Amino acid sequence: MDWDFILQYRELYIDAAWLTIRTAALGILGALLLGLICGMIRYCRIPVLSRIIGMYIELSRNTPLVIQLFFLYFGLPRMGITLESETCAVTGLIFLGGSYMAETFRSGLEAVGTIQTESALSLGFRKMQIFFYILLPQAAAVAVPGIGANVMFLLKETSVFSIVALADLMYVAKDLIGLYYKTDEALFMLTVSYLIILLPVSALFSLLERRLRYAGYGN
Amino acid sequence: MQDMGIKILFEGDHLIRLLEGMGVTLRISLVSAGGSVILGMIFGMLMMADHAVIRWVSRIYLEFVRIMPQLVLLFLAYFGAAKHLGWDLSGEQAAAAVFTFWGTAEMGDLVRGALQSIPRHQRQSGEALGLTKLQIYRFILVPQALKRLIPQAVNLITRMIKTTSLVVLIGVAEVVKTGQQIIESARLTAPDAALWVYGAVFLLYFAVCWPISAAAGLLEKHWGEEV
Repeated sequence: MDWDFILQYRELYIDAAWLTIRTAALGILGALLLGLICGMIRYCRIPVLSRIIGMYIELSRNTPLVIQLFFLYFGLPRMGITLESETCAVTGLIFLGGSYMAETFRSGLEAVGTIQTESALSLGFRKMQIFFYILLPQAAAVAVPGIGANVMFLLKETSVFSIVALADLMYVAKDLIGLYYKTDEALFMLTVSYLIILLPVSALFSLLERRLRYAGYGN
Repeated sequence: MQDMGIKILFEGDHLIRLLEGMGVTLRISLVSAGGSVILGMIFGMLMMADHAVIRWVSRIYLEFVRIMPQLVLLFLAYFGAAKHLGWDLSGEQAAAAVFTFWGTAEMGDLVRGALQSIPRHQRQSGEALGLTKLQIYRFILVPQALKRLIPQAVNLITRMIKTTSLVVLIGVAEVVKTGQQIIESARLTAPDAALWVYGAVFLLYFAVCWPISAAAGLLEKHWGEEV
């Protein structure tokens, strides 16, 4: 192991790691938002929208991110829609993650007993109030393990971003292997970088999960 | 829509080549899925072993495989094995090895989860009836565990197929690579090829994965009510 080499090129990895974190954070936040909206619509069974979202969920869950990105990055410009690398990566992640999050939110909402809604109605809550004060907090607690798994999944999926010409960790590693034949060092740094990003997130969610594991009320 | 760029798909042997590319993808996934199911059963049992060291080692293996992106594992095997072990693995071999390595861990955890989900009184009742350990597994635990396991295992296969799309990054000539070749060859005659070819690849993946996940969903619903 050539430590000087590692020291010399660690900046490259740090920059790439930040890029990964930035795009992942944007993509995951977007996916959470899209997932929440889609999950709500699916839960409320709003007639036409619910069907369309159902189709989107099937389409997004049954195709790999690599292919989605290829289509977004190389296919769409032919229709006159050109996305920059980073926008494309984030869009792809939102498209993929939205469906996973939607399913998690929906099953979280469905886990809350109907008696909760009925009690709230009899107390004179409005629909919006029921949703935000009664259903969502309970559903979110149920959904935390699923959300955590999705976040980890999406973070790991960011490793394919190099195909849309984003200089992420994989790109840097491949570059260094190609340029200097420092395979060990490049792969070692790659593994360490991902561990540094992923381990804390994984630990955070297991902590959250334990904190939020309180019994549901009345079911 | 522009002037019928879709024609590119039906010119010459383009469609057949794309399907053949998809075949390579499926071959890698099915080999890995088969290996993972068999090894995963064994690994699942190991995870429930009485010996603490075995449990710890398998735990670490599972966590490492879970936490690393599959693409990183693929790079480690593809570039690392050539250098250290002197194995000049083809992209396809490296991919099958890595996906089996990954799938075994995932499958093992599913097996463990399925076995542990069975209430303890099932085993105890079996013992009380005087069944041997083998009989308890054969007649009581395994049939119940399978009903939980099979839908999840089927789902794992779709994940495997989707993950196999990564192999284009280590230069395996699968469906995306074939698509790129077609696009390149038609650069001048059909500039819109990219849209149609990538669209076709997208739909090919969907056409393969969707029925499988739908089947998994049905099985889950069907057996979920019984258990």
